[in-house]
Amino acid sequence: MMTGVPLSWYLILSAVLFALGVAGFLFRKNIITVFMSIELMLNAVNLSFIAFSYQLQQVNGHIFTFFVMVVAAAEAAVGLAIILSVFKNRATLNVDDVNSMKY
Amino acid sequence: MNFFLLSVIKAAVVAFVLLTTLAYLQWVERKVIAHIQVRLGPSRVGPHGLLQPLADVIKLITKEDLIPPYANKFVYLLAPFLAVTMSLISISVIPFGAEIQVFGQPTWMQLTDLNVGLLLILAVSSMGVYGVALAGWASNNKYSLLGGLRSSAQMISYELPLSLAVASPLLLSNTLSLRQLVQTQAGSILHWNILRLPAPQIVSFIVFMIAGFAETNRVPFDLPEAENELVAGFHTEYSSMKFAAFFMAEYSNMVTVACVTVILFLGGWYPLFAVAWGSNYVPALLFGLAGAVCLFFGLNPVRKRDRITMPVFGVIFLGIAAAFLLAPVQAIFIPLFWFLAKVGLILFTFIWVRGTLPRFRYDQLMHFAWKVLFPVALVNLLVTGLLVAWFS
Amino acid sequence: MDVILFLVFAIIAVVCGINVVVQRHPITSALSLIGVMGSLAVLYLLLGAEFIAMAQVIVYAGAIMVLFVFVIMLLNAGAEETRGKSLVAQLLGLPLLILFLAFASYFVQRFVPSSTIVHFGAFKSGTAQNIGIALFTRYLLPFEVTSVLILIAILGAIVLARKELDR
Repeated sequence: MMTGVPLSWYLILSAVLFALGVAGFLFRKNIITVFMSIELMLNAVNLSFIAFSYQLQQVNGHIFTFFVMVVAAAEAAVGLAIILSVFKNRATLNVDDVNSMKY
Repeated sequence: MNFFLLSVIKAAVVAFVLLTTLAYLQWVERKVIAHIQVRLGPSRVGPHGLLQPLADVIKLITKEDLIPPYANKFVYLLAPFLAVTMSLISISVIPFGAEIQVFGQPTWMQLTDLNVGLLLILAVSSMGVYGVALAGWASNNKYSLLGGLRSSAQMISYELPLSLAVASPLLLSNTLSLRQLVQTQAGSILHWNILRLPAPQIVSFIVFMIAGFAETNRVPFDLPEAENELVAGFHTEYSSMKFAAFFMAEYSNMVTVACVTVILFLGGWYPLFAVAWGSNYVPALLFGLAGAVCLFFGLNPVRKRDRITMPVFGVIFLGIAAAFLLAPVQAIFIPLFWFLAKVGLILFTFIWVRGTLPRFRYDQLMHFAWKVLFPVALVNLLVTGLLVAWFS
Repeated sequence: MDVILFLVFAIIAVVCGINVVVQRHPITSALSLIGVMGSLAVLYLLLGAEFIAMAQVIVYAGAIMVLFVFVIMLLNAGAEETRGKSLVAQLLGLPLLILFLAFASYFVQRFVPSSTIVHFGAFKSGTAQNIGIALFTRYLLPFEVTSVLILIAILGAIVLARKELDR
């Protein structure tokens, strides 16, 4: 007998991961960890894309996930380059210390 | 249930053979390099040093297992585990031979065939970077760290030409399943992807081999462990079985790269020329020849102990040659023979290159990846695509 | 079997996700994030998205996270300092998080028909072929635009990270 999991469980898992990503984004001070929280959120969204794709029996959700991955890769390259140059100029990775535009 | 039992047996056989191969590959490498350098190589433990791998394993198990005091313990222990697991996983999708009958049940000489088998191998090999990078970071040693940094940069860079080189034979074969990849190359050498019309993949084969050398951290790309600059690179601080794990991972990666090369470019388990031309007798001929040579040297011994060992090997080889003439053995082992022969040839090339070429300098390595290999692979992919589109 | 697989990998994903947020050292966070991505790849397989599952491992776990680990190693980023934490955030954060999750799961349960049961193997059009066809016919323009995006990202990364020799 094959029993399965309701689709809503996948969506709830996605929501949990997204919330964790938001929490990390808001609470953490290290730029790299903040950045990783964004990746976590993107992953959570991908999961719901795939789940909806399963429900509608269409491949479109997969394509969206694919594009999200491409954008995430581009974002990681640029973001990490920015982190590198911030570290080079200020010797800190704490987001609170990178505030000279404020004054 | 029968299927389950068969899968367990297959997995056990593949694991046993693979681990033995890894140990003996080390022996083969030492022997071949020794003979390239006009030395003898291991020759004390057993006849011609054949028991050397066993002695090495016992030595590595019984050595003291050190953990450096300022290492990040969790990551330090995770790294060798990760490296060896990731390198062993990819063997599960490799097809070794054609369909055979075991106890009246048809089965493939392959653990499992995935629709995305080739992608799985790429994925697993890209995960293998972590083993090296984390080992370098967690050891808390500057040489290890430099080795880890070098290796992660090198492996990311060489993954690009590797994937591009993989893409062009895929255009010819139109599938990602490794079994179907081989099946589309059925026939003699002219049907293999390396020489197949309309777009022979010789360039992509060469690019794939070079990138494969870099992915497995082999000479001439072994900068992560360049001993005259970095002591031993990323595994400086590893001892005992954890060191052995990295060693196993390296050899297992070599085997994987060789298998994938054979599957992608060299027609997998298909013979070099048609069965009608007598390709079924090649293994018997080869083993018979080897047996005859051994017997000859047994009768005219160079060293004293050759009088005993050489005839023994000769009889064994002649026995194998005779077995290859029997029809039931032929049905099962001929495809396996061709596959293993091609893999062995590629592995020998790996060792041969190690015995021949000096190491690259680090900037040369990066320039070579980005300014030579990457454009060549890209142009090759473009030309292949155009040719395939034009002729189909 | 489906239920067991889902539960095991969902729990791994959530535990690793919590670990990403809670751990103080960036490299531990990065490793946990790789764990999340790996278990999500298995869940994608359960949902029949074989190509995306492999792309997830190759692109996310194999390329993006290697970049993260590389940068963490390069900058030798240590454990994070714990100073300047807002009292409001500490008091309100967790309850708000739980409230949000409760809302989210309520709405999901309310609006997604619970009749859709996920069976492994029921969705068969997630193969590389189907995705390729969709990508090169209907989504050709977005696909080409992403290639331009990647080119711009490469240029940007090189400009940002280059050593300033000519100044």
